[in-house]
Amino acid sequence: MKQLLSFIRKEFYHILRDRTTVMILLLMPIIQIILFGFALTTEVKNTEVAVLAPTNDEASSRIIEKLNASAYFDVVARIQNTDEIQPIFRDAKAKLVVVFEDHFAEKLHQTGKAHIQLIADATDPNAATSFTFYASNIIGAYQQELMGSNVNPYQIIPEVKMLYNPQMIGAFNFVPGVLGMIMILICAMMTSIAIVREKEMGTMEILLVSPMKPIYTILSKITPYFVLSIVNFSTIMLLSVFVLHVPIAGSFVSLVVVSLLYIFVALALGLLISTLTSSQTAAMLISGMALMIPVMLLSGMIFPIENMPLVLQWVSDIIPAKWYITAVKAIMIKGLGITSVLKEVGILSFMAVVLVTVSLKKFKVRLE
Amino acid sequence: MNNTIQHNPNKVIIAENLTKKFGNFTAVDHISFEVEKGEIFGFLGANGAGKTTAMRMLCGLSTPTGGKGEVAGFDIGSQTELVKKSIGYMSQKFSLYDDLKVWENLELFGGIYGMNNNEIKEKTNDLMKVLKFENLRDNLVGSLPLGFKQKLAFSVSIFHSPKVVFLDEPTGGVDPITRRQFWELIYDATSRGITVFVTTHYMDEAEYCDRVSIMVDGRIEALDSPKNLKSQFNAKSMDEVFQQLARKSTRKAD
Repeated sequence: MKQLLSFIRKEFYHILRDRTTVMILLLMPIIQIILFGFALTTEVKNTEVAVLAPTNDEASSRIIEKLNASAYFDVVARIQNTDEIQPIFRDAKAKLVVVFEDHFAEKLHQTGKAHIQLIADATDPNAATSFTFYASNIIGAYQQELMGSNVNPYQIIPEVKMLYNPQMIGAFNFVPGVLGMIMILICAMMTSIAIVREKEMGTMEILLVSPMKPIYTILSKITPYFVLSIVNFSTIMLLSVFVLHVPIAGSFVSLVVVSLLYIFVALALGLLISTLTSSQTAAMLISGMALMIPVMLLSGMIFPIENMPLVLQWVSDIIPAKWYITAVKAIMIKGLGITSVLKEVGILSFMAVVLVTVSLKKFKVRLE
Repeated sequence: MNNTIQHNPNKVIIAENLTKKFGNFTAVDHISFEVEKGEIFGFLGANGAGKTTAMRMLCGLSTPTGGKGEVAGFDIGSQTELVKKSIGYMSQKFSLYDDLKVWENLELFGGIYGMNNNEIKEKTNDLMKVLKFENLRDNLVGSLPLGFKQKLAFSVSIFHSPKVVFLDEPTGGVDPITRRQFWELIYDATSRGITVFVTTHYMDEAEYCDRVSIMVDGRIEALDSPKNLKSQFNAKSMDEVFQQLARKSTRKAD
């Protein structure tokens, strides 16, 4: 016990004396939450629109007015002929050009049919899809207005209801994502680096010659990062509840239980990486390439897993973060209890057992 | 061949046909020797001769492929944990924690070897006096000059009063004056009954040892006191003895 305590104290000295790293580790979740919450957002707002309306009539004016009035669009230019469309995109003056056909209102009223062309800059396909969809909706709304006076016997009005996140706030999606990422980063990356550093410095040799039990070495390496992860978990929770106003709909206890399980998996991963590598650089690269990137790309944090090719969906199944993020979303956003995430909990527990067994087996008691 | 090791409290290290193979390569080839209590035993050899491998087997860091060994009365194959408790070890690489203070390093290693707090405190105070480190106590080890670090590393390796201390090229890169001081610490340790097993490159240091063995290509080619070795090889210095033996080597230094 005395052995273990002396060693844990030493690990805390290591971490606390490396001020820069501590600061980075503690500030990172705050910066990420603020970045994702306020700066980086996939919600489309204030898209610049240019308008080409050859006949300045009432119907086209109404539509333009509606577009401009919405939060999604700013009408920034009026152009007179089709030759001007190319320069608008080339000089990035607008992302969307709305083209009305000649005598728009006249055709609309006489034949009941008129055309509007939406030309979008699709260099960012996600954004282009979103804002053309918004524009079509606005045009559709105007059509509804017109129909209000003429009775149409067939009306199908889809009523869309966004459950769990009615305002479509991005934070509901990325808070679980950031949680999943930070934990992996701190637990897996930092733990593996801390263990490999002993190998690199030659102190591991001294520890192996000493009567220190290997399991104690491992436990004491893990403890400080476990504590740090809990601090970060609390920071992220506080920020998301009080700054981003993401409520914790479900039970907080279940959330903590699932998070502790995930932290454990991440620590075991770090341990495994440390047994496979012998330099800090290698440990960092492996954690970076093999953990961070898949967590960001394949966990469903940024790109929906359902849209991925089947092979990538299988790959995503072995990423612990995917299961954690799914469970956190269920508990935090949907307000479900721990019984509804039993599958995720089961998979994470299984991963934990496998990782711990493999890495304990591989952790060398002797130098060869 | 006699397979049982005779128990003799005065023999602190016993190696019998100790062998280590890595694949086809025999790093240590049937070496046998005994070291007595309180002795300074020099373990010499060129780079790649197998010194470090032999030493690692005796410390329990590496499993022998053949032969047997006993350290402090315990079998190195089956009683590794007991061996570990009775020995100290200082490696080639400087191996204290740079970002820990002098006293924190002592506290850590004291704790690892199961010493209690009072014992650690007392011994730390004594050691600071002996090393004249009183005002360096709160310095980070990383800020100390190399010679100081090495003296401290040695003191840490014998902090828990082991029966044997293994020193793997302890004075590499240190100036002659510090080396001399370092050897005074070694003599001081032997006067307290600690047996010293030391590998070195420096032939002047070989002269300080009670007995010296010289390894060539994994085998022990000579083993005696420096005085006897010099007369046996008709040499003026240990350096000449070493040169004569090392010339036989067919193995390339790594």
